[in-house]
Amino acid sequence: MDRVPTDQIWEWLDAVPDPEIPVISVVDLGIVRDVQWNAETLKVTVTPTYSGCPATSVIKLDIESALRDHGINMVQIETSIAPAWTTDWLSDKGRARLEEYGIAPPQPAGDPERCPHCGSTAVEKVSQFGSTPCKAHWRCTDCLEPFDYFKCI
Amino acid sequence: MTRDEAFLQFLLRMGDNTLILGHRVSEWCGHAPVLEEDIALANTALDLIGQTQMWLGLAGEIDGGQSADDLAFLRDAWDFRNVLLVEVPNEDFGRTLMRQFLFDAWHSITLGRLLTSSDERVAAIAAKAGKEAAYHLERSSDTVVGLGDGTQESHDRMQQALDYLWPYVGEMFACDEVDTAMVAAGIAPNPADLRDEYYALVQRVLTEATLTIPDSGFAHKGGRDGRMHTEHLGHLLTQMQWLQRAYPGASW
Repeated sequence: MDRVPTDQIWEWLDAVPDPEIPVISVVDLGIVRDVQWNAETLKVTVTPTYSGCPATSVIKLDIESALRDHGINMVQIETSIAPAWTTDWLSDKGRARLEEYGIAPPQPAGDPERCPHCGSTAVEKVSQFGSTPCKAHWRCTDCLEPFDYFKCI
Repeated sequence: MTRDEAFLQFLLRMGDNTLILGHRVSEWCGHAPVLEEDIALANTALDLIGQTQMWLGLAGEIDGGQSADDLAFLRDAWDFRNVLLVEVPNEDFGRTLMRQFLFDAWHSITLGRLLTSSDERVAAIAAKAGKEAAYHLERSSDTVVGLGDGTQESHDRMQQALDYLWPYVGEMFACDEVDTAMVAAGIAPNPADLRDEYYALVQRVLTEATLTIPDSGFAHKGGRDGRMHTEHLGHLLTQMQWLQRAYPGASW
């Protein structure tokens, strides 16, 4: 078959949801680093968020099966750890979706900017860790709702 | 000892530290005093096991194509190269967090130095692991201060934990022929050179925690060269390696 342009591949990958936070795609998350044709094989380079994140292997499978659904059977997934993943690579679309979903997006200052539910800045940390390796546990002292904060690294 | 042999020993030391501590910390899963701490400990363990995959993955690659799993599950106690500090039992939550703090401080400083390693694979792992270690250090420091400068009970327990664990700190700064070879190759720093930075960091946090570093300079040794592990490592391995020993080659 003809090689599908990589722009199209990126678009398809942008429809593959993160298995733990399905409102954002693996492209929004910034873990797809490169897409390249190597003769008849499509090479997709992926970087893990956290070194022990159990979602990484699921993500690779999801990428492979999504591409197969689009008719690309020769896929090689490469893992690259350098440069190390950073939350700076989250897309703006991804950040907005996280907040709509109730997860405060990462802030360079280190702490969440506001409660993703009511918008109040009166928030406090419950624990540095949360339901997945990439999140911490916070709560709002105005609306009293707990929320996840996407750790900034 | 050739440079390659020393490099393998260095990688095993890094990977066995994170593997054994990761396993120890994971023993808290489902047992921590409150849910948030349970989740935090499990996440810390997960990061450490992830880092192990990178260090032991590289060790296995240069050592005849073994996998990280082969190295983790098929070696016996005398082949492990972790410092004794990480294999001591958890005891109470306070001792677990004090051990974590004493390790995180060393880990974070060491990984910082490894960023400029002449081996780019080592530098890449250090960059990845260093972000996680810095986060662990932030949390273990906060917790040590919170408990040390907390109630009389929590203060006393933290002081006991520090008294018990302090003699295990010295081994992290020992320097032998492996280290000398790594320094010569520009791969890793001399651990002894990190001591001052470590003491300054640890002293600052422990002072804030109203805790006192014991006066003794005695150091238990024998883990990082595999000469003499504590009896605890064998017991830990019976748990960690049980599945591969009962069902060799099992996978899922």
